[in-house]
Amino acid sequence: MTVAAAAPSTPVAARFSPNWISAQLQRYVLHIVVIGLTVAWMAPTVGLLVSSFRPFALTKTSGWWSALTPFQFTIQNYTDVLEQSNLGQAFFNSFMIAVPATVLPVSIGAFAAYSFAWMKFPGRNWIFLALVGLLAVPLQLTFVPVLTFYVNTLHWTTDNLEATGIPGLPWLPVWLAHAGYGLPFSIYLLANFFRGLPSDLFESAEIDGAGTLTVFFRIILPLSVPALASLVIFQFLWVWNDLLVALIYVGGAPEVAPMTVNLANLTTSLGQGSNLLTAAAFFSMIIPLIVFLSLQRYFVRGILAGSVKG
Amino acid sequence: MSSVTYDHVVKRYTADVTVVKDLNVDIKDKEFMVLVGPSGCGKSTALRMLAGLESITEGEIRIGERVVNNVAAKDRDIAMVFQSYALYPHMSVYDNMAFPLQMQHMKKDEMDRRVKNASKILGLDPFLKRKPRALSGGQRQRVALGRAIVRSPKVFLLDEPLSNLDAKLRGQTRIELQKLHRELETTFIYVTHDQVEAMTMGDRIAIMNGGILQQVGTPGEVYDHPANLFVAGFIGTPTMNFVPVTTSDSTAKASGFEAKLPKSVAAGKGTLGFRPEALTDRPSADGSNLQMKVDVVERLGSDQYLYGQVGSDQVTARVDPRMKVAPGDTAQLGLDTRSIHLFDAESEAAFF
Repeated sequence: MTVAAAAPSTPVAARFSPNWISAQLQRYVLHIVVIGLTVAWMAPTVGLLVSSFRPFALTKTSGWWSALTPFQFTIQNYTDVLEQSNLGQAFFNSFMIAVPATVLPVSIGAFAAYSFAWMKFPGRNWIFLALVGLLAVPLQLTFVPVLTFYVNTLHWTTDNLEATGIPGLPWLPVWLAHAGYGLPFSIYLLANFFRGLPSDLFESAEIDGAGTLTVFFRIILPLSVPALASLVIFQFLWVWNDLLVALIYVGGAPEVAPMTVNLANLTTSLGQGSNLLTAAAFFSMIIPLIVFLSLQRYFVRGILAGSVKG
Repeated sequence: MSSVTYDHVVKRYTADVTVVKDLNVDIKDKEFMVLVGPSGCGKSTALRMLAGLESITEGEIRIGERVVNNVAAKDRDIAMVFQSYALYPHMSVYDNMAFPLQMQHMKKDEMDRRVKNASKILGLDPFLKRKPRALSGGQRQRVALGRAIVRSPKVFLLDEPLSNLDAKLRGQTRIELQKLHRELETTFIYVTHDQVEAMTMGDRIAIMNGGILQQVGTPGEVYDHPANLFVAGFIGTPTMNFVPVTTSDSTAKASGFEAKLPKSVAAGKGTLGFRPEALTDRPSADGSNLQMKVDVVERLGSDQYLYGQVGSDQVTARVDPRMKVAPGDTAQLGLDTRSIHLFDAESEAAFF
């Protein structure tokens, strides 16, 4: 009886035991660290956001943290940037670059990863190792040879490609470049993911009469949605935010240049246009935010699924 | 519906790793054949060679009259149930079962009829729209069976299909599988490491060890007339008692007792084998009696197991539950010499 009566409430002594205190402390420390890191990471973005809504004159005299006194906000920067710079066109160009430059390496990578993971051919492991090794090659190294090849051998200059009149063709060099840069990682991630799928499934499908392609499209792809989604996010964000590769392979011509190139040109072409820069930067962040937020549940799962199993 | 023949089949991975050595088995049409053995004995490899998932290093496998060595898995007209069930996780139960038929480009209504029929046989009607993850282990197992049934294959291959089920469900499914075998009238080849499954389900049992086929026979044959020491020890629970003996004429002398042998053998050393139930609490008519120093008594209600020492040998006895005996006692037991076995000390083959 005494046991039954004592059981429901934790004894006071146990509640304030050293173990309990250290557990509480750990929790608080963890929370403080996490919140601190979040604030530190958010601060520049918040500053950018606040500055983008402040009158240009004010941003030159006081920091964004003093924005509440005097309380003065405006959407002038946004209307200016829409009128003065080529923003709409650049936005469209960014899409035209980012979508094929994501689809290409992910889809080619999926085929390649399938063969690396589940087909037997001589030298498979060595080729895979070489591919993974490519992850370590700085892409800057490739600019000169690839560009020389494009321009001198293939004559793929923006002007030449535009002259063909085929829509989208001026971006072909940058699509291929991004596909090349993205492939090693996408093959690596997907091959690891595919390897983790149970072999029984493939054997069962084989007995059921499915050929290699059927297995790939009907079994592997549907089961790999998390990995594919996370890869799509990775690649899309990287291409969307990329300035260097785009600048090298498409250049700054306004009819083809993406958002990032356009942004970089804002300050120079408009002189002291740093106020426009804040607003324009926010425009360019919208798409990555939408992509990330809508696919983030796959993102976490996909990364774990691909990499934990090595 | 077809016979299956393994004709001198060898599976070798590298020059010195041979997992199946010269396997010769004839499996009759409509037979329920169980391949049984400890893990790593080559039974699964033997099955996978038949399924077309592993190549055959030497010899021939025939399904009916047709040599299938170089026939692709999908063209062998077989169906396989995997230990993990290998259900396609993103497809509904219906689609899982329809998948092999879709691969044959079967007409929609015929496909539908077959899937419905299989789901009725297996009691899966309420679950057709569900995904495998929303099913219990037993239901998943039935879906895997269903996917095999819809094809009406010549041969059914089952690779340890019950090992992921709990004990109670395993017992039920064992019975269901036998019923299914009767209804389908198809050749079943069933791989397991569980000798109870082998004994209860098989028309015949093929026992393998170390890649070598030890014995093929009905459950009764392998139980009563094991071909060698391995089979004798592998089949039956608790396992057969093995006692080193010295034989002369028709007596076998162990460390703690003497037994009359049913026939006379050459003088020498050997291993005497007798099942726990060959020991009774009544004295033996031919004087083959022994005294056991009982260490442990297990009462199962229907039986009573005594574990103890006879001379310097460890012996298990399965006696009448009404026999009064406690740990530490010395029990007087009689040995029924009609069901004893003698094995050669060297080759381990059975004399009788």
